[in-house]
Amino acid sequence: MTTNILEMRGITKTFPGVKALSDVTLDVSRGEVHAICGENGAGKSTLMKVLSGVYPHGTYTGDIVFEDEIVEFKSISDSEAKGIVIIHQELALSPYLSIAENIFLNNEQRGAFGLIDWNKTNSEAAKLLARVGLRENPTTRIMDIGVGKQQLVEIAKALSKRVKLLILDEPTAALNDDDSDHLLDLILHLKGQGITSIIISHKLNEIKKVSDAVTIIRDGRAIETIAKVDVTEERIIKDMVGRDLEHRYPDHTPDIGEEILRVEDWTAFHPQDVTRMIVDHVNLSVRAGEIVGIAGLMGAGRTEFAMSLFGRSYGSRITGKVFKHGTEIKTRTVTEAIDNGIAYATEDRKTYGLNLIEDIKRNVSMAALHRLVRKGLVNDNEEYQVANEYRTSMNIKAPNVLVKTGKLSGGNQQKVVLSKWIYSNPDVLILDEPTRGIDVGAKYEIYTIINKLAAAGKGVIVISSELPELLGICDRIYTLAEGAITGEFPIETATPETLIKHMTMEKAR
Amino acid sequence: MSDQETTPATGGLVNPSENKATSWLSHVLADLGKNGIFIALVLVVVLFTVLTDGILLRPQNISNLIVQNGYILVLAIGMVMVIVAGHIDLSVGSVAAFVGACSGVFAVQWGLPWWLAIIMSLGIGALVGVWQGFWIAYVGIPAFIVTLAGMLIFRGLALVVLGNTNIGSFPAEYRALGNGFLTDVFGEFDLDPLTLGVGLIAVIALIVQQVRTRLGRSKYGQEVEPLVWFVTKLVLITAALGFFAYALASYKGIPVTLIVLAVLVLIYGVVMNRTVFGRHIYAIGGNRHAAELSGIKNRKVDFYLFVNMGVLAALAGLIFTARLNLAGPKAGDGFELEAISAAFIGGAAVQGGIGTVGGAIIGGLIIGVLNNGMSILGIGIEWQQAVKGLVLLLAVAFDVYNKRRSGGH
Repeated sequence: MTTNILEMRGITKTFPGVKALSDVTLDVSRGEVHAICGENGAGKSTLMKVLSGVYPHGTYTGDIVFEDEIVEFKSISDSEAKGIVIIHQELALSPYLSIAENIFLNNEQRGAFGLIDWNKTNSEAAKLLARVGLRENPTTRIMDIGVGKQQLVEIAKALSKRVKLLILDEPTAALNDDDSDHLLDLILHLKGQGITSIIISHKLNEIKKVSDAVTIIRDGRAIETIAKVDVTEERIIKDMVGRDLEHRYPDHTPDIGEEILRVEDWTAFHPQDVTRMIVDHVNLSVRAGEIVGIAGLMGAGRTEFAMSLFGRSYGSRITGKVFKHGTEIKTRTVTEAIDNGIAYATEDRKTYGLNLIEDIKRNVSMAALHRLVRKGLVNDNEEYQVANEYRTSMNIKAPNVLVKTGKLSGGNQQKVVLSKWIYSNPDVLILDEPTRGIDVGAKYEIYTIINKLAAAGKGVIVISSELPELLGICDRIYTLAEGAITGEFPIETATPETLIKHMTMEKAR
Repeated sequence: MSDQETTPATGGLVNPSENKATSWLSHVLADLGKNGIFIALVLVVVLFTVLTDGILLRPQNISNLIVQNGYILVLAIGMVMVIVAGHIDLSVGSVAAFVGACSGVFAVQWGLPWWLAIIMSLGIGALVGVWQGFWIAYVGIPAFIVTLAGMLIFRGLALVVLGNTNIGSFPAEYRALGNGFLTDVFGEFDLDPLTLGVGLIAVIALIVQQVRTRLGRSKYGQEVEPLVWFVTKLVLITAALGFFAYALASYKGIPVTLIVLAVLVLIYGVVMNRTVFGRHIYAIGGNRHAAELSGIKNRKVDFYLFVNMGVLAALAGLIFTARLNLAGPKAGDGFELEAISAAFIGGAAVQGGIGTVGGAIIGGLIIGVLNNGMSILGIGIEWQQAVKGLVLLLAVAFDVYNKRRSGGH
């Protein structure tokens, strides 16, 4: 028996058009806490999905060796049967069921006649809750306890499955400091009981606190594994961003003019939990012809800031001021925001951006239909012509504009979304993850479009979790952490290292 | 369906050496695919014409088909709009009964002039829509629940208004709404000249409109269908319209209900396709979030949709009451289900975003022909119900199958 509980050897996983993982090797020793680090989209979650059987054997190449035996998981239940349990970032609990019911979901404690034995269910659940240090009644409903406690319920559920290898995907992303500390202590406590853990995290201080080794993943490759004694923040950051920012970005010569938009003291709270501040006194500005980046990790409040600004589409108790060309404007509704020359292209184009059952034409005209009205009626022919012009100028690959947007590739869908907003004739465009889920070639085209917008005198705000992208296209970059602006860098002074440092900065408490 | 749309589209780029007949055929097939519901109506008509030895297409029966189904068709127009936006309205039958009862009070018990009674009744329909629209759009209660409640509320209120009796004997002008005919204005002929004239005008208007659309499209560089097929279609439609006008002319002339319907179809066809409001309905039904983030005022659109539905339900109630010359407690029973069936048979999607006024009308006519044809054949009401249920199920199943085959998302 080797000391390794898990060896992933030469794992390669491709999606159509994208190589998500290439030849990744990961060794995890028995009884250690192993951290995996990397930027968003680097391939960490994909690797864990391969390991847990979400992507079944046969959809990837390479071998997984678990407890000295090559395993071929076809589904999550296969990996769970071996003692590998993954806890996803978005918790998989049913809010209306009790803690005990959730723990034993699909593993129900049965008694006579195959009926559920509620006494056994609740008493076993109570024992598990004691092990994770959660003092709650097993019959309490999940919706009545906080996120931190829900995370513990997930771990109790994992324990009920006799877990040997516990995988936690950004477990503290949604937790406050106390809950985070408790969770990290619990991971160390479980380690004492012989349970191995893999923890995916961005937070460098918590990695240093709990992990025995760190593997850094970048662009689908495992860069290196660092033992605990050698872990330094600088080394991790250097591995995460890499040194070569290849020539993946079109040339951009900024021609920056007057300030177009300025936001002052913008604050927003969570829509349900109205005491939780999500956007924290944000101040920022964008000038004509300028491309401004907002760098922040997932959960930093980037999208929430943009959407709360764009007609209060997110949040509650929103306060702050918006100035356009120095005059205060209101953006209380989306219509008002659009009328004031602001456009917001969402990060989730399928859910929030497109009407997938409609054609390109009607999607392009959706935000500015009034421009096509002649004598009270929409002019179809002109609409066709407008859409066709965008199809040509944006290089949307479709035989004509009557093709349903649901049939287009991600890159072409994104071009339709951008066309829609450009046709609304805005002065400021907020582009939220404009290249997410798009292949490299289409990314270049999107960057070119962004450059053209800036060259036309528009102000462009790009929200992205890919640092190379921001460094490649922006003139100025703000960093956002925990809802607050933590730094502002002209492109000349911005380096990946300083950005990451400010993106992971935690508030003084 | 979509793959059929993309296939002919490349036709514009096809080099001239390619077989012209193939591209012609692909156009015809694509059109037939798009108008599957129209073909279904033709098939049902042919089937029952054969089964009933031609009784179905007798002038009197054609006239009856319109008059007997007018109120369902009026409801189907509003219903398809509600369904496109992703809602449903279960209350329309009860609202029709309630408004019918109110109109009885106005026109018969209070003896108000017929036109005032009609206007007030439509106003009550609008108020009902305001009530339901408020709960749906501004409070956020699902339309299914609000209109289920409305179904009970307005049925109850109808009984309250009627006070356990029927109200009957409406003024003649009021009754015309349900069983009046526009005829004999030029004296008595075997074939009513007015009806034929209107038919002729309708045919000319249709041809002019089609030609104008075609010219407009080619002017803007859009691809148009082959001329031969375009002309063939026009000839077929002209023939159908001509036969229809002939049938009406040789019976009693143009039913008033048909005039009301024709006006509604024209207005709402334009509303759904050419106005900002109509486009917003499709946008909301297709993706509510995306619509909202595109600056569309979802709540306002939802609200006015239900106000509109309330008015149309009121109109349907008036037509039905006028036809029976009686406002009774059982009026409007099951109307909502026929109207919903019409919309779905006519191609509306259960998830919203898809559906047309024309489709809903044809869906309603299919139900009407089924009702009428089976009645002529002497099939009992119990089997009629079962057959209609089966047709609804098959129509939607066909739609789902079609979407899956074309790889819709």
